[in-house]
Amino acid sequence: MSERSEAEVRAEVREWLEAHWDPDRPLVEWRNMLADTGWGVPHWPREWFGLGLPVPLSQAVDEEFAKQGAVGVAKAGIRHLAAATLLEHGDDFHKERFLRRILTGEDTWCQLFSEPGSGSDLAGATTRADFDGQQWVVNGQKVWTTSAHHAQYGLLLARTDWDVPKHQGLTYFVLDMEQPGVEVHQLRQMNGHASFNQVFFTDARIPPEYQVSETGNGWRVAMTTLAHERRGADGLRAHAFASERVGRIYEEEAREIATIMEPYKWYPQRAGRVDLVLPRARETSRLDDPVVRQEVAKLLTLVKSAEWTARRARAAQEQGRPQGPEGSLGKLAASHVARAAARVHTLISGADAMLSGDDGPLDGLIAEILVSVPATSIAGGTDEIQRNIIAERVLGMPKEPRMDTGPFRDVPRNVGSS
Amino acid sequence: MAFVFTEEQEQFRDIVARFLRDTSPTVEVRRLMETDAGFDGGVWERLNSELGLSALHVPEALGGQGFSFVELGIVCEEMGRALLCAPYLSSAVLATDAILQAGDLGQQAELLPAMASGGRRGALAVTEPNGGWHAEAVETTATRNGAAYRLDGAKSFVIDGHTADFIVVVARERGSSGADGISFFTVAGDAPGLDRRLLETVDATRKQARLTFRGVPAEPLGEPGAGAPALERILVDAVTALASEMVGGAQQMLDSAIEYTKLRMQFGRAIGSFQAVKHKCADMLLEVELAKSAAYQAAAAVAEGAEDAPALASLAKAAASDTYLQAAADCIQLHGGIGFTWDNDTHLWFKRAKSSEVLFGDATHHRERMLEHWPE
Repeated sequence: MSERSEAEVRAEVREWLEAHWDPDRPLVEWRNMLADTGWGVPHWPREWFGLGLPVPLSQAVDEEFAKQGAVGVAKAGIRHLAAATLLEHGDDFHKERFLRRILTGEDTWCQLFSEPGSGSDLAGATTRADFDGQQWVVNGQKVWTTSAHHAQYGLLLARTDWDVPKHQGLTYFVLDMEQPGVEVHQLRQMNGHASFNQVFFTDARIPPEYQVSETGNGWRVAMTTLAHERRGADGLRAHAFASERVGRIYEEEAREIATIMEPYKWYPQRAGRVDLVLPRARETSRLDDPVVRQEVAKLLTLVKSAEWTARRARAAQEQGRPQGPEGSLGKLAASHVARAAARVHTLISGADAMLSGDDGPLDGLIAEILVSVPATSIAGGTDEIQRNIIAERVLGMPKEPRMDTGPFRDVPRNVGSS
Repeated sequence: MAFVFTEEQEQFRDIVARFLRDTSPTVEVRRLMETDAGFDGGVWERLNSELGLSALHVPEALGGQGFSFVELGIVCEEMGRALLCAPYLSSAVLATDAILQAGDLGQQAELLPAMASGGRRGALAVTEPNGGWHAEAVETTATRNGAAYRLDGAKSFVIDGHTADFIVVVARERGSSGADGISFFTVAGDAPGLDRRLLETVDATRKQARLTFRGVPAEPLGEPGAGAPALERILVDAVTALASEMVGGAQQMLDSAIEYTKLRMQFGRAIGSFQAVKHKCADMLLEVELAKSAAYQAAAAVAEGAEDAPALASLAKAAASDTYLQAAADCIQLHGGIGFTWDNDTHLWFKRAKSSEVLFGDATHHRERMLEHWPE
């Protein structure tokens, strides 16, 4: 079974789909079949719901599914970060307990990392977990938690030791969200949407077997989660296109996608909607104005250059060559693009840029761009942190002297953090 | 369109870079910029005999190497980085390209082999004291008398125009205007009635001349009166090559700034450890990489003869104009006081950046052209 050619794999999956795919089957039942056979995540190990296929062959399997119109395992949302992290760092109990229901979509997950007192400085978390002899007891608060209001489980980074340097006192857990000690409140953003949550823990309980990292070794596991988040920033939304085909299974999948994707619906506006700039400039006749033309051209120059830079990075990667500095610049470039796009949209709209909702240009879409763009340079690592990373890791500039290397107990922190 | 250079192209880049490290250290740049000719004949000879660089994008049938604008871009980028003082842009890029675009096959066969070997140097005279970079701005007139032509007028900003063996001149038929009547001619460097004066320039590493024509005998290049499309194409190629050169210079400014901020100690630490400095450097890196991507795309588009080459060339030039100057200014800023001294090398690149910013049209000009040619 090991060295199969792409043609063999394609033939095999086609034959299997031919025999088993049925759009009127219940979604969970179908996905359990995928988990049992390995066709759902063929690049996963054989002992854990996969076939141990290399990634390119796994993509061939995805293509065969798409040709058939066959639904795959649940992939969208934070659950895929949970799966990747547990595959890499979980023990057999975790994999046995959680992975199947991630694939079937029965469980939704959230990521409990950011706190009001630690945003850029994630390792400064002060949510605490104390072992009472039988269970871990969690107290504190997390924030910016997508999907927490409907998640069954959370990936939790909590402080378990206050007397060691901050990176060494964190432990990584799976937390059951459906318990009395966990309270979830929506967090309303400046653009009016409420895509995130605040999560409060008051003596929330974690059984010892839900501990993922060794005690004090949680930072390393969190790095895995974050690496997958960065790599798959778009992966979170990659499977967001609900099929319009008819059949029970499609309807169930569409409902699932609608729930998972709801928090992301303003993300295109957050990125600046460059696609609307030229059409808007033309239909408003503002493209006749030489000043507008200059600004539009500046924006297009930036957008195209950023796109080409990303493709240079990808092309190098595909050829197995070491990536140059161009690979680390995407996020910073995206911030520039979003801000520039907001500026040009404002220039094009003129006084109408003051109007929102039904009174605003494009039924409020332009206004939504203008009040969503500020998130781009903050979410997923601020521009300032990105610049530090670029300067230190790409340009090899010396690190800043640190004030937080001693025991975490003695590190200055925000007022109100325990 | 390719987004990575091939291994052969990377090796070629290394060879060119190594040659330039040896032959164009800043002490040599400083020596040559004080001379009127502005280049070293020995280095020019080696650049052609050892690396064949003037022959790079000349077709093989005409004594060239038959490479494309992608390879030419690599050479220009490395030359811009090393601030090489040589008539490469003027002769091997501009004049050579003008003959390839405007000349007929017989004229190409007559002129190009000697240029490809570096033995004869040409210059391209398009722009006039009015500073316009396009056909409409050309006022120099060509008067026909039988089969012979004579030129009257003035050309300025002619790179290496005072030392070239011959000049490719753009002129218009008497009484014509706009794109009509645009013609190419070749004029010997020592032709009667031609006055060549070296201009005082901000950037002493690239020499420019003003040429005055009073009844100068000239040979037509290509069909007289039908030169406008060739001129358009030549300018697209020119800004593409210049953008490549400029991003090479911008990269050098970034590298120089980074090196200095790692060494310079203030307040008991390397200034590169301060976030204010790091963030400026990270922004420089971003801008330089974006401008490089644009220059690479433009070069590839020109090499392929792509339809969007004019838009991409202008995009790349606009990006390079803004980025190179900013990188040079930032490099001075990061050096602090010493960056403003004559002894520090940064001003050499800053002046090249300032001059290149407006050469063949500034960023504003090219943004407008870019939109005029935008494919969507």
